[in-house]
Amino acid sequence: MSLDLIIRIGTKLILPFILLFAFYVQFHGDYGPGGGFQAGVIAAGTVILVAITFGLATAHRIAPHGLVDRLIPLGLLIFAGAGVAGLLLGYNYLEYTGFSRTPAYGHEYGILIVEFGVLVTVSGTIIALFYAFVERNR
Amino acid sequence: MALLTMLAVVTVAIVRRRSLFAVVILASIYSFLMASVFLVLDAVDVALTEAAVGAGVSTVILLATLHLIKTVEIRQVRTRVLPLMVATVTGAILIWGTLTLPPFGTADAPIHKHVVPRYLSESIKKTNVANVVSAVLADYRGFDTLGEVTVIFTAGIGVILLLRGGRRRDRLADGDKAQ
Repeated sequence: MSLDLIIRIGTKLILPFILLFAFYVQFHGDYGPGGGFQAGVIAAGTVILVAITFGLATAHRIAPHGLVDRLIPLGLLIFAGAGVAGLLLGYNYLEYTGFSRTPAYGHEYGILIVEFGVLVTVSGTIIALFYAFVERNR
Repeated sequence: MALLTMLAVVTVAIVRRRSLFAVVILASIYSFLMASVFLVLDAVDVALTEAAVGAGVSTVILLATLHLIKTVEIRQVRTRVLPLMVATVTGAILIWGTLTLPPFGTADAPIHKHVVPRYLSESIKKTNVANVVSAVLADYRGFDTLGEVTVIFTAGIGVILLLRGGRRRDRLADGDKAQ
């Protein structure tokens, strides 16, 4: 727990905006720069900031070990599942045409789903890495 | 050009420093400069990644590593001839490889002729996604991205197993007690 008032209040003020920016980067990745990788790192950054400012215990309350460890394979499963869904709809693996009646929208949804999978895996991995490093020799 | 000069200066500074803390901070500065270079080259997606991963998370993880080890590098006593030779040969091969590249920024370079025109003209119609990078990444090259995510997954699991392995159960038990 950092005792510096400015850091604690500043963190509290800035956290929602960082998280919002992460989701902006995620879901605006279709139109501007960004996507699952970048958004995942920024989202993981919020948890790291909490851990640095308020201590590991608080960070564990927000993102417990069990959740973080499950996020890593979950994102990969979302990605691979999107591919399997394409197969079941009668198209090639990872071909999103069947996700909507209009093929172009199907591709748009497919990209959104896949990017979400990337976000989940990347943020989970970064948080787990951070935990693994910080909790060593404690 | 100014950016590239600053990159070179930071690189020399990184090589000459013995304090690892200074090296980590300089590496972070290097990443920010690199992000600016990507921005100048209009590769905004790469710039965003470099700023977030290279300058942000890498710095935090390296600082966390410094917390675990000593912060001053021990002076090498072994011979430096072999590393110098490896570095020189690799650098020479890389420079030799750039000699036959088309001039920087030419529109008719081979890379712009193959599939790029198709991506640029078709991707918005076919995928409804305005950012061509996203369309290529998640749709046209979906397999590659799936592979990338698998690599991240594998790397994450590997590091967690190495750093946390074996003692995880004790720690979980401790955590339960603390709650």
